[in-house]
Amino acid sequence: MLEIKNLHVKLEEEDKQILKGVDLTVEAGKVHAIMGPNGSGKSTLSYVLSGREGYEVTEGEATLLGQDILEMEPEERAAAGMFLAFQYPVEIPGVGNMTFMRTAVNAQRKARGEAEMSSADFLKEVRAKAKEMQIDADMLKRPVNVGFSGGEKKRNEILQMAMLAPKLCIMDETDSGLDVDAMKLVANGVNALRAPDRGFLVITHYQRLLDHIQPDVVHIMSDGRIVKTGGPDLALEVEKNGYTDILKENA
Amino acid sequence: MALPEQKQDATHARVSALSLPAEGGWTRAARADALSRLNATGLPAPRDEYWRFTRPADLNAVEPPRAEPMDESDEPPLYEDLPALTVVFRDGVFDADASDELALEGVEISRLGAVQDADIHWAREVYGQLEARGQDPVTRPFAALNTAFATDGILIHATGRAARPINIAYLHEDAASDPILHHVVKVDDSASVTVLETGAVGARFNTVMEADIAGGGTLHHVRSQGRNRERRANTHTFARLGARSVFKSFTLSLNGALTRNEHVVEFQGDDAVAHVAGAAIGDGRIAPMHHDDTVFVTHDAVNCESRQVFKKVLKNGALGVFQGKILVRPGAQKTDGYQISQALLLDGDSQFLAKPELEIYADDVACSHGSTTGAIDDDMLFYLRARGVPERRATDLLVLAFLAETLAEIEDEQIAEALRQRLENWLDRHAD
Repeated sequence: MLEIKNLHVKLEEEDKQILKGVDLTVEAGKVHAIMGPNGSGKSTLSYVLSGREGYEVTEGEATLLGQDILEMEPEERAAAGMFLAFQYPVEIPGVGNMTFMRTAVNAQRKARGEAEMSSADFLKEVRAKAKEMQIDADMLKRPVNVGFSGGEKKRNEILQMAMLAPKLCIMDETDSGLDVDAMKLVANGVNALRAPDRGFLVITHYQRLLDHIQPDVVHIMSDGRIVKTGGPDLALEVEKNGYTDILKENA
Repeated sequence: MALPEQKQDATHARVSALSLPAEGGWTRAARADALSRLNATGLPAPRDEYWRFTRPADLNAVEPPRAEPMDESDEPPLYEDLPALTVVFRDGVFDADASDELALEGVEISRLGAVQDADIHWAREVYGQLEARGQDPVTRPFAALNTAFATDGILIHATGRAARPINIAYLHEDAASDPILHHVVKVDDSASVTVLETGAVGARFNTVMEADIAGGGTLHHVRSQGRNRERRANTHTFARLGARSVFKSFTLSLNGALTRNEHVVEFQGDDAVAHVAGAAIGDGRIAPMHHDDTVFVTHDAVNCESRQVFKKVLKNGALGVFQGKILVRPGAQKTDGYQISQALLLDGDSQFLAKPELEIYADDVACSHGSTTGAIDDDMLFYLRARGVPERRATDLLVLAFLAETLAEIEDEQIAEALRQRLENWLDRHAD
C-alpha cells in the first residue's frame, strides 16, 4: 500500500538533513507503529508524506497504491487515499465543522470522479459517526476545532477519518494530550476503522497507545532512519528499557 | 482663517457647476447653511488630516471620471425572496414606474424631490442638521455639498414597527452620471425600520443618510454597493441615538476604483447601542481598487455600547484604508466602545492603512481597539488541503471565514446569507 524507499529529506530553509534514508512498507490491512525518541524524524515523515511545505526530498521515493505521491499537492494525496491525523489539529475560526467536513468529503469525491454526497446523506452519516465518537451536535456546528478540548480535537480527527474513509491513515502522536479515557475512545474509533483494504501508520513516542491499538509491526526510528523492526513485543521492550538500550545495540 | 487659494478655486469650480434647486421649499434654509459650511471649509486637499490616505481629486473634479455601467445580470437580484418595499433611483433619478407605491404600514415615506408639495416638519428638523453636527471636530465637505445640492432622496419616518424593509435600489446606466442623493430617516420612540441600499448609484456618486433615532427606536441599515470597478463614491451616514435606541449599519463593498464611506455616530441618550460594520473585498488586477472606511463615534451619554467591525480582503494591488475614532466625552461613563479593523492581504502588492484613534475624557469606561494586517494562515490552509480541499477553495473558505465576523453584525440572517452568497460569487469570478 505505502512504499517508502531510501527517503532523504532536508529542511527547505536550512541545511539540515532530517530523514537519512527511510525504508518502509505498510501493507493493506496492517497497523504499523513507528516509535522513537524526540527529534528522530517521526513527525517529519508524516508531514513529508502528507505534503506539508518546508521540506525538500533530496533522494528516494514514496508511493501510495503505486502512485508517486511526492510530486502531488496535499489535496491530491488526500483524494488518493492519504489521511494525516494531526498531532495539533488546527483551529479555524469562521469555518463550521460540518461545512468543512462536507466540503472535504465532496472535494475528494469530485477529484476521484465520484458523485457528490447529498446534504441529507451526509447529515445522516456524520450524525451516526459523530455519535460513535461521542461528538455532540454542538461540536459539529462550532467552527473547526475552536474551543475544543485536547480530547475533543483528537476525536474530531477520528471523525474526519471515518467520514473520509482513507486508504492509509497516518496518526501523528495522536495520544499526546489525552487522558486514559479519551485515549480509549480514540483507539476504539481507530479500531473500528481497521479493514483489510486499509493500512495504518501510527507514530507515537510512548507505548501506551499501542495497548489500545494493537500494531502488527513496530519500527524504531532514530536519527532519520528506521533502525529496528519487530513485532508488538518491540514496543513493550521500549516501554521497559527505554530507547537507549535498543539504540546502543544498533549503533 | 482664510482658505488657501487652491482650495477656494477648487470649491468654486465644483460649486459653480452645480445648482441649488429652484423649488427648495422647506429645505432652502438648510441648503443655504450647508453651502456656507462648504465655502468655509472648502473641498478636501491631499494634505488634510483625514484625506492623507485617500486622494480626493476624483471627487473634487468638476467632471466625474467616466464609469461604464456593469452588467450584473449573471447574478439574481440580491434580495429576491425578501418582501421589501422597493424604491428605484436610476442614475440618481427617481423611477416611479419601477418603484413600489410609497406606502407602508408603520412608516411615512416621501421624497426629497417632492419638497415643493408639502412642508415636512419632521424632516426639516433633521435635514442637514445631523450633517452640520457631524462637521465638528472633523470637517466633511462632501456631506455639506450633498446637503446643499442633493437632487432627491427618500424621507422615511418610522412611527411604528415597519411592516417590511425598505429597499433603496440604485441602477447605474449612464457612464457619466454624478448623482447626489440625500436620505433622511427618523425613527420615533419604540418604532423600528430596516433600510436597505443596493446597487451602484452612478458613475460617481455622493450619498448622505441622516438617521435620527429616538428613545427605544431601532434602525437596521444594510448596504451593498454593487460591483462596478470604476465607481467613485463618497457616502456619509450620520446617526444620532436617543436613549435605549439601536442602530446597526452594515456595508458590503466589492471592488471600486474609489470608495469612501464615512460613518458619524453620536450617542445622545443613555443605554443606546450602535454597531457599524463593513466588509470590503477588492481585486486591483483589472482596475484599481481603493476602499476607505472613515468612522467617528461620539459617546455623550451614559452606558452606551458602540462596535466598529471593519474587514477588508485585498489582492493584486488593492488598497484599503480605515480611519476610526471613538470619542468619549466627559461624563459618558460606563461606555463600552469596541473597534476592530483587519485586512487580509492575499499577495504582497496589496496594502492596508489603518488609523485607529481613541480619545477618552471619562474614567469609568471600557474601550478597546485593534487593527491587524495579515496573510492567509499557512497552517489552516494546509489543514484544509490535507483533508482534500483544493487550494483555491480552501483559500476562499478562509476568506469567507475572515469576513464572517462582519456579516455576523447583520441582524437578519436571510439578508446576511444573501450577502455571503454575493461574496462567494465574487470569489468565483476572481479566482486568478
